[in-house]
Amino acid sequence: MSILSNIIDAAKEVVEVARTTAQGMSVTLSHIPTRKETVSYPEEAVTIYRRFRGEHFLDVNEDGKEKCVSCFLCAAACPADAIYIEGAEDQRPYEERIGQDHRYAKVYQIDYGRCILCGFCVDACPTDAINHGHNFEWAVFTPGEMVKDKDFLLANKWREPDVTPNENQLHLAARQKMDKLNIILK
Amino acid sequence: MSSILESIDFYFILESLIKIAIVFVIGLLSPVGMNWVERRTLALIQNRLGPNRVGPFGLLQSIADGIKFVFKEDIIPLAANRWLYTLAPIVMVIPAFMVTIVYPFGPEIDLPFIGPTKMYVTNFNVGLLYVLAMTSLGVYGIILAGWGSNSKYSLLGGLRSSAQVISYELSLSLALVGAMLQSGSLDLVKIVENQSGWGGMQWHIFMFQPLGFIIYLISAIAETNRVPFDLPEAETELVGGFHTEYSSSLKFAMLFMAEYVNMLTVAVLATVVFLGGWNGPFVKDFPVLGLLYFFIKISFFMFLYIWLRGTLPRFRYDQLMNFGWKVLLPLALINIVISAVIGLIVY
Repeated sequence: MSILSNIIDAAKEVVEVARTTAQGMSVTLSHIPTRKETVSYPEEAVTIYRRFRGEHFLDVNEDGKEKCVSCFLCAAACPADAIYIEGAEDQRPYEERIGQDHRYAKVYQIDYGRCILCGFCVDACPTDAINHGHNFEWAVFTPGEMVKDKDFLLANKWREPDVTPNENQLHLAARQKMDKLNIILK
Repeated sequence: MSSILESIDFYFILESLIKIAIVFVIGLLSPVGMNWVERRTLALIQNRLGPNRVGPFGLLQSIADGIKFVFKEDIIPLAANRWLYTLAPIVMVIPAFMVTIVYPFGPEIDLPFIGPTKMYVTNFNVGLLYVLAMTSLGVYGIILAGWGSNSKYSLLGGLRSSAQVISYELSLSLALVGAMLQSGSLDLVKIVENQSGWGGMQWHIFMFQPLGFIIYLISAIAETNRVPFDLPEAETELVGGFHTEYSSSLKFAMLFMAEYVNMLTVAVLATVVFLGGWNGPFVKDFPVLGLLYFFIKISFFMFLYIWLRGTLPRFRYDQLMNFGWKVLLPLALINIVISAVIGLIVY
């Protein structure tokens, strides 16, 4: 009697194992024709979230004046020591120094070979001059090309997909050729 | 002297050489194709696309990998036993390729310009035993690779693998015995011809061997060290198992090729012994269909391998051993008894 019940139990287990395996196999099979999560990136635009911390841009105000006042707080906050600034003063009246405050950054460089995109510089900035953009395409051939200068960072703003320059800002936008980023902001 | 020369059939030798070349090329290219299919299918199961950059649909990805294997530096670890380390891939890959000569791809086909040609290199009266013997030889390669690498992961992987292969070899062979009893031959071609009844559908899986087929299938997956029996290569615990120390050089390519050709062999054997080989509807009238049927059946098994890999988790080692010795082996023995009794009654 006990042998018989053992055999019945074993048979039940075999049936159960076969059933569950078949169930699992059907699940994996059903996934083959479904929509794939992969984005074929260079051909298709990738979706980037607004809070994504990409390559920085230096902001300007509505009149096209640079917000940066060369206070060095971003460079001081930078844990990777990636920001290099040379400040300068220009005491001429505003009409003669279009686009700049009388305290401005003569040189503003970010070395993306060092930058870790932590966002401390953005937090530290008292005038909201430095911001994170959404660009992540940085492939270059030499390390020196990873050091981005002020003109590049200023022009970076106009590459953002949701930013269009107004007439006050066109001359800044024109400093560098702007290809809009091929991304979808979400 | 001239009489000896006259007695040699040069056409036969030429024909055999050409066939061997074709089968060898199939053996060399099948890992390339199967690897691509496996990676793409596995990706589809996991809602990905898989390699699709090299060539159309990524078809050349495996060839690119092969080129990389050839050109990479061949590193032999300092502590390794140089001879065994070098010998192991050779010991694995040669038996794997030797089996390919008995693959019965199709029946005798009347080829244009050539005449009736048999679609296999050779068949001899112990073909099935030959296949089993050659596939077992591959174990030596695994254990040599494990020992020769002089690394604990490799050694454990090699030991596990040999224990596993030897355990499952038993139930594998016993599962084939039933079909042997039924067809009364060890010749692969005779086994296939024995299943040609019922308009090409009298396969052994329908004729009293369904249990044998299931046992064979499970043991065969274990025999080729594939998921869910891939303990020798358990990445989470043994890094790469017996091929941990083989960097991606030509030696690794040989191990890789041996694994895929062994998979092919197992699929061919399952097709020949249980699924009727090239047999199917209308093969008698159109022998070319035989090649197609054979290819479809092999593809089914290859897909099954990938499908299982995408579905099942890995066995624990004691589960593996218990399953092999306490479940499969008794079932295989029962299957032999059943086949013998049925054979007595029916024939």
